[in-house]
Amino acid sequence: MLDKNGIAQRIAKEVKDGYYVNLGIGIPTLVANFVRDDIEVEFQSENGILGMGPFPLAGQEDADLINAGKQTITALPGASFFDSAMSFGMIRGQHVDLTILGAMEVAQNGDIANWKIPGKMVKGMGGAMDLVGSAKNIIVAMMHTNKAGKSKLLKSCSLPITGVKCVTKIVTNMAVLDIVNDSFRLLERAPRVSIEDIKKATAGDLIIEGDIPEMKF
Amino acid sequence: MINKVVKNAQSALEGVSDDMTLMLGGFGLSGIPENSIAELVNRKIKGVTCISNNAGVDDFGLGLLLQNKQIKKMISSYVGENAEFERQMLSGDLEVDLIPQGTLAERCRAAQHGVPAFYTPAGYGTEVAEGKEVREFDGKPHILEKAFKADFAFIKAWKGDEAGNLVFKGTARNFNANMCGAAKITVVEVEELVKPGELDPNFIHIPGIFVQRIYEGKHYEKRIEQRTVR
Repeated sequence: MLDKNGIAQRIAKEVKDGYYVNLGIGIPTLVANFVRDDIEVEFQSENGILGMGPFPLAGQEDADLINAGKQTITALPGASFFDSAMSFGMIRGQHVDLTILGAMEVAQNGDIANWKIPGKMVKGMGGAMDLVGSAKNIIVAMMHTNKAGKSKLLKSCSLPITGVKCVTKIVTNMAVLDIVNDSFRLLERAPRVSIEDIKKATAGDLIIEGDIPEMKF
Repeated sequence: MINKVVKNAQSALEGVSDDMTLMLGGFGLSGIPENSIAELVNRKIKGVTCISNNAGVDDFGLGLLLQNKQIKKMISSYVGENAEFERQMLSGDLEVDLIPQGTLAERCRAAQHGVPAFYTPAGYGTEVAEGKEVREFDGKPHILEKAFKADFAFIKAWKGDEAGNLVFKGTARNFNANMCGAAKITVVEVEELVKPGELDPNFIHIPGIFVQRIYEGKHYEKRIEQRTVR
């Protein structure tokens, strides 16, 4: 089983040379730490920066330079700033190549739920609905099961959804899966995780074809 | 040059009254109109509807208005980080309209640009789409969203000149640039107010035509919400 960093490390392999990438809050933010340094990638944060760099050194934090998680950041050479409407123009206009975000639930048809638990938690969707409504390449980073041990990969979402039929790939602490014919298709297993383990932890329909290799990093 | 300068926050907020709809720039606490918010608190303006991406934190930003129960309704995309907000929302004291962030920005921009409505894929098939017109373009469903209507827009810019031309800094541009001219009256506070000619016209982010009143803010705390370092 992977930890959060392991999930981020595996997802980093999906980031290709020349990509503009939007990273969500949580595990997705960690992906930046594992992207190969021999490729050119620019990170977009939807509050208005392309070319986001690492956290600043102590003493160099700037209240006017934050990411969508409200964390202080830096701007790399070649970075640009823009307003919120233009930022979502980049997203809606499909100029961003890859979106990586967290989820509370994913359904086997590609629906995603990550913004609301009725009666319990209402923080809002932020930019998630715009991102999943338009992006062509959406990878979900999440734990395979929730804290109660229940599967987060479902036949259909029980929580209010964020977007319809939009998820292309899911990387969890147990597996890499994609979505085909309204089912989860198992592509890779995490180290020391068996197919039986994954079957047990997946509530939605699971397609298993041929040998399922272990993840490589 | 048409001079847009007003003396201070007090004169900048002339005409603001109870039950109005207000736009406020900023993302989190970055680029919020601190001085105009302080004056809204001073004036004890009540029953307002606030269009703002976030709702501040308990003791800063729009959180200050929430504490005094001055806000009737919030129109935002993300309202975490604020316990008082959650309390008022769950108790029913506060109406909340949560909308996607890109839709929020575009509804401001539409108002700024005189576009009454637009179609967007964001929120299709979700609670956000309930009751809204759906139309397919190139086989993909979109929902109809309308431009905001607001009485005042409160903006924070880095520098501005007496003609109301504005320059923003870093990611503090966010919704500020989209809300200028999106309300009946746009009030801008700046960290530095300069004479006409001091800002290079090639690097103006928002031209003064979108601004009715501009003043230099007396004090900026510029609080950081999540201080993260290497």
